[in-house]
Amino acid sequence: MRQDTRDKVSSALDVNAIRGDFPILEREVYGKRLVYLDNAATSQKPRQVIDALVRYYESYNANIHRAVHALGEEATAAYEEAREKVARFIGAASSESVIFTRNTTEAINLVAYAWGRANVGEGDEIILTQMEHHSNLIPWQQLAAEKGATIRYIEIKPNGTLELGNLSALFGEHTKLLAMPHVSNSLGTINPAEEIVAEARKRGVTTLIDGAQAVPHMPVDVEAVGADFYAFSAHKMLGPTGVGVLYARRELLEEMAPFLGGGEMIRKVTFEGATWNDLPWKFEAGTPNIADVIAFGSAIDYLDALGMDNVRRHEVEVTTYAMERLRGLDDVTLYGPDEPDQRGGVVSFNYGDLHPHDVGTILDRHGVAIRAGHHCTQPLMRCLGVTGTARASFYIYNTRDEVDALIEGLKAARDFFK
Amino acid sequence: MSSEEFRQQEAELDELYRDIIIDHYRHPRHKGRLTAPSASHEGLNPLCGDEVTVEVVLDGTDLGEIGYTGSGCSISQSSASMMAEAVAGKSVAEAHRLIADFTAMMRGDEGIDPDALGDLEALSGVRKFPVRIKCATLAWHTLAQALKEASA
Ligand SMILES: Cc1ncc(COP(=O)(O)O)c(C=O)c1O
Repeated sequence: MRQDTRDKVSSALDVNAIRGDFPILEREVYGKRLVYLDNAATSQKPRQVIDALVRYYESYNANIHRAVHALGEEATAAYEEAREKVARFIGAASSESVIFTRNTTEAINLVAYAWGRANVGEGDEIILTQMEHHSNLIPWQQLAAEKGATIRYIEIKPNGTLELGNLSALFGEHTKLLAMPHVSNSLGTINPAEEIVAEARKRGVTTLIDGAQAVPHMPVDVEAVGADFYAFSAHKMLGPTGVGVLYARRELLEEMAPFLGGGEMIRKVTFEGATWNDLPWKFEAGTPNIADVIAFGSAIDYLDALGMDNVRRHEVEVTTYAMERLRGLDDVTLYGPDEPDQRGGVVSFNYGDLHPHDVGTILDRHGVAIRAGHHCTQPLMRCLGVTGTARASFYIYNTRDEVDALIEGLKAARDFFK
Repeated sequence: MSSEEFRQQEAELDELYRDIIIDHYRHPRHKGRLTAPSASHEGLNPLCGDEVTVEVVLDGTDLGEIGYTGSGCSISQSSASMMAEAVAGKSVAEAHRLIADFTAMMRGDEGIDPDALGDLEALSGVRKFPVRIKCATLAWHTLAQALKEASA
């Protein structure tokens, strides 16, 4: 890495070199250079990932696991190699614990159906938090309604962290499951997943961590977190859309019935019935998303080369700068923890009495892409007493200059509505 | 960006946020609950969380009273205020016609008589901002539902 070309904001990453890998960052929006600050929704993709997709389709496109020809063998090897990469990246003890799904949402639904329907019954309790993304909320509400179970929500404090009180008092006699986000997509809060999971384990409570906003942004070791289930999406970490990961402890996967039935997931089929394939294929019915899984492997290579510690350090630096600049505007309300080291690269805010949508529209015309609204966390917005927030979220390619562009856009919005 | 492009950007934003829209946003008309509504309907825009509740009192075939409450962006709230002003005192049939004309204008249908819409024409700038069209039409769909319930 050439020191002299490093972005001045970052001591951790060579941001100029990184930006050169992302073709989309060269485009303009409404005649202005694109400033992409909606990374919590989905990240942009580097040339390396796009190339991996093209390479697959141009040179070894074939179905996997059942072909007796060269292309099929190559595709199968690449697909399974991506699984190995994912397993290594998240510290999974075995790649048999890594199941490919469509996204985080499908991973959570897989657990709600294949584990939840068999293990949660009438009078049982599920613990969630007030900061759930709808994808870690609706599947449990559906399960609870179907089974006559109840849901309890861990409350949030005014600073956007969880009101955990005495951890040992958190769980009740009938608690079956605790599911929560590792990092909040609306507040940025990093939750103490390891401590909570450790306590749950002592109580025999099963745990699921929604890692959609954690794995892309900081080092995560799923064995250290200790959760029974851990879910995340490729598209938020430089990978293509259409790929999610469910990590699960082997013993649980072995006990669980399959989620979907069909090809790939069976060992032997007769007219009378079937037996299931080995892990992890038992949970991957039908032709999987081969191309995108392989390209996801390239996204992991890219992040590995940068080093997740450096990714995290860079995001803390950009987030710190963004929070400083936002505080410098009169009348900005920031949500979530004050200390950048307690939060991911997500900054939710409101500006005076401007509605986040109006802010978003003006920023968009300045080339600055942010998110405005409830961020799929409607109950949380109600807790905060707002209908929505504006949210800027950062990644490896974002710079201090781009934060400045955000601030200039906000000033323009204020002047516009004066 | 060339200064030409820049002017066009600013012009489109000015079209979206015409003075009359900002005025209704800052000084809403007919905002508040009615004491004895014939019907009350809550409209939600699930994408962005805009909320508008429209209440009506029917007086025979006329819309005797209209009121709305809600929260959301300037477009959703000013559209509700302008709508309430436009339909207040009209007959239910006229209100339905206005709902049809307004939604047609937002769809960009040809052949809408801009004079029939009066001040509401100011909201036509929203068409250049496709994601915001639902904000503008929320109150109108909600009014249609409220009228349906009131006439039922
Ligand atoms: C915390 C969190 N959980 C779950 C999801 C859902 O991810 P996906 O839409 O990829 O299933 C998201 C992303 O939107 C998220 O931020």
